[in-house]
Amino acid sequence: MIKVEFLGPIGKASIEMEASTLADVSNRLKTDSELSSWLDKCAVALNDTMVNDLSIELKDGDRVSILPPVCGG
Amino acid sequence: MELYNGPLDTKEIFGRWMDEQSESNYGAYIPFVGTIRAEDNIEALSFDIYEPVLQKWFDEWQEKAKALGAVVKMAHSIGDVPVHTSSYVSAVFSPKRRVALELIDEFVEDFKANAPIWKYDVIEGERIYAADRSTPMNGSGLLA
Repeated sequence: MIKVEFLGPIGKASIEMEASTLADVSNRLKTDSELSSWLDKCAVALNDTMVNDLSIELKDGDRVSILPPVCGG
Repeated sequence: MELYNGPLDTKEIFGRWMDEQSESNYGAYIPFVGTIRAEDNIEALSFDIYEPVLQKWFDEWQEKAKALGAVVKMAHSIGDVPVHTSSYVSAVFSPKRRVALELIDEFVEDFKANAPIWKYDVIEGERIYAADRSTPMNGSGLLA
């Protein structure tokens, strides 16, 4: 089981799911209508490290963070 | 890296950073202050921060600065920051001015693009995500 958390303005509670790669996470999140306007502009962190590869393998207890567009300062 | 609830005490922060480096033999100290402007009827801006990723982003910048013989510093607010006060300060110390001038430019621009901080306008007490001023981080769209 892995955990997916949605940061900042997405305003959605974390969810847990079975997933062996980030591609599995993508397939699952794409079925969620609440997220349809977010996914194409969100970056992804795995256990607080930014990642950019769907084939990354996940292990039990991993935490995937979804980061929407930013504006610091 | 320093995070504070509410507006920054810019004079205290810049003075302290200067004191910390007073014996370091840096010839240049370039501070940057971000101040909340009164526009579009906002009372304040408000910020969410994801600290673990921000800390890693900042650590990478410290390494980059170190390789140039320089030091980068930053402080940012969490929560509401009223107009005409400051939510973000940063600075670069370097032996000579050219490195610091170039680094403050790159550092502040990359901060705007990739620091995991979310901004909201506060209007009549309501917090509204500043979607049109926000930038997708590097690598966005991976899961789309």
